[in-house]
Amino acid sequence: MSATNYIERYQTLASSLSGQNLPWLNTLRQLALGSFSASGFPSPREEEWKYTNVTALEKKLFAPLSVSTPTTVDKEWLETHKLADTWSLVLVDGHFVPELSDLAGLPDEVIATGISAALENQPDRVKALFGTSVGTESHGFLAFNTAYFSDGAFIGIPAGVNLQKPIQILHVSTRNEALSNTRSLIGLSKNAEAKLFETFVGSPGISYLTAAVTEIHLSENADLDHYKLQVETDKAYHFGGVYVKQEKSSRFNQHNLTFGGLLARNEIHTELAMAAECEMNGLFLAKGRQHVDNHTLIHHIEPHGISRETYRGVLADRARGVFQGRIVVHPQAQKTIAEMNNRNLLLSEDAEIDAKPQLEILADDVKCSHGVAVGQLDPESIFYLVSRGVDRETAKNMLTFAFANEMVEKIGLESLRGRVQEHLLNLFPQTGIRRDWL
Amino acid sequence: MLKIENLHVRIEDKPILKGISLHIKPGEVHAIMGPNGSGKSTLSHVLAGRDGYEVTEGTVIYKDKNLLDMPPEERAREGVFLAFQYPVEIPGVSNVYLLKAALNAVRKHHGLPELDAFDFLQMIKAKTKLVEMDEKFLYRAVNEGFSGGEKKRNEILQMAVLEPSLCILDETDSGLDIDALKIVSDGVNSLRSADRSFILVTHYQRLLDYIKPDHVHVLAQGRIVKSGDASLALELEERGYGWIDQTVGVAA
Repeated sequence: MSATNYIERYQTLASSLSGQNLPWLNTLRQLALGSFSASGFPSPREEEWKYTNVTALEKKLFAPLSVSTPTTVDKEWLETHKLADTWSLVLVDGHFVPELSDLAGLPDEVIATGISAALENQPDRVKALFGTSVGTESHGFLAFNTAYFSDGAFIGIPAGVNLQKPIQILHVSTRNEALSNTRSLIGLSKNAEAKLFETFVGSPGISYLTAAVTEIHLSENADLDHYKLQVETDKAYHFGGVYVKQEKSSRFNQHNLTFGGLLARNEIHTELAMAAECEMNGLFLAKGRQHVDNHTLIHHIEPHGISRETYRGVLADRARGVFQGRIVVHPQAQKTIAEMNNRNLLLSEDAEIDAKPQLEILADDVKCSHGVAVGQLDPESIFYLVSRGVDRETAKNMLTFAFANEMVEKIGLESLRGRVQEHLLNLFPQTGIRRDWL
Repeated sequence: MLKIENLHVRIEDKPILKGISLHIKPGEVHAIMGPNGSGKSTLSHVLAGRDGYEVTEGTVIYKDKNLLDMPPEERAREGVFLAFQYPVEIPGVSNVYLLKAALNAVRKHHGLPELDAFDFLQMIKAKTKLVEMDEKFLYRAVNEGFSGGEKKRNEILQMAVLEPSLCILDETDSGLDIDALKIVSDGVNSLRSADRSFILVTHYQRLLDYIKPDHVHVLAQGRIVKSGDASLALELEERGYGWIDQTVGVAA
């Protein structure tokens, strides 16, 4: 196995990649290319990829679009994926499309644009953020992304600015067999506050590859709510990595909602400095032959940090889920509080979950806990509902919905919460019930 | 209303009910008493249609239909209601949501339209008063974190909302203090009517101080060994179940 096909194919495009004139970026791209040539896409032999085999990708060849081609996106369809009352930044097949985005009224001092544009207009600001949150992490997908990313979002929020509306980054794929390979950089300066909502969608029925890396840098006392809603098509391959660096007393509140994709891998990694806090909430649902992998990593590198992580999975049919949650409390990180909880519901005999919590505690004065549970719907509960006249299918759906909805209730963004509930009710229909009865 | 004839039930290979016959007319209240392990709860579960019980002999006719042929949801829609001894906690499903789902299922079965939101809430709120339940319980998850008494009141609330024809109360008095027992009993009494029947399954006589039965049956070792009127319950209270076991011993 190798990534030779990809490398041959992509080298022809190398000259059209953004930031050609920037030696620092060229160097990074060359290094990454070298690394990708040597390793290819991650293999299940790598510990962190043990449960997810992406070698199928090497046999396919998802083609990137070299330049932003005039887009033929169905605007009405696109609108259905936009959240009301937000600023939006739309990336179509890996390219920022200003005409489809809505950034009107954004405070002047806030930057929200495509990373290609930013590399032209303010390369130094990009350079300052690029690679700072990914740090020393590396695997085939990250190298692939660095070597070949076509565009992405670039958002900078200056010190003390509190954004009144969320910014939505809408990642859209519209072409069969296409690749969207994006790198987004988000920087919040001291005391800044924002809500960011990333959505991943594809035109109905198409097969494609999304490789999206989002780097987030939170300065001292900055506060970010980050929502990721992944509703790719059921033939899509999705790699989405979110890498966060949290300075002193910053707060990162993350919701990872993953429902789509044939094969999806979410990575959410953060590093907490002194008294930083993070919350990671995850809900993943998979059916048919979907495979969903959630890989989280929390580094407590300084004292007084707090992390709370709650993940729930629902797996039906022959679906397979993975939860790998790793927390590392470094020797200096005394007085750390870290909690991790993962519960999984298997709806069929053939569904499978690999749940692997890992706590590495190298400091002695900390409070850490973790719990993992895997179960099925409780027959007693089903009988209770059925004995009240509810049909068996609805009873099961009510219980499944309830299990998932406890995560949805945590979503602070009301409009998003409603959407996710709608989505869940479509997946688990309940006769005679409307949303107003929740 | 209900005709049970020669009902034999086993769980796996173990016979639990060994020939129960019981006739209940509309409006009647029957108490079924007996020592632990006599099969009281099995009888209520079999009537409600719970899995895991095998009927090996006998029939149960409810309103001229074969009850044993119906899946549990259909029994419920036809008006059979079991108030559980141990009501299940269901996190994430609110009380009002379950009531709505259940009531709609029952109404649909009878060809009635859904109640609109306003009428439904008015009706539910009136019923909560019947069991002296605070309205805020409607918006809490079903039975989650409820005390024993609150759970039993919630069962009676569901019963009041669904307006069944045959109410089976499985040890509803267990774990209740005297105040809760009184509230639950008042709720049940207010639901008594000429076309609604009750089966009260209980170990103790004290529930029958509050809900006066028309008939009392004593169940022991899977058989009804004695039937009588309310005075039989008082006799049991005085003499305990020991003499019943002896009676069965002689009969066997």
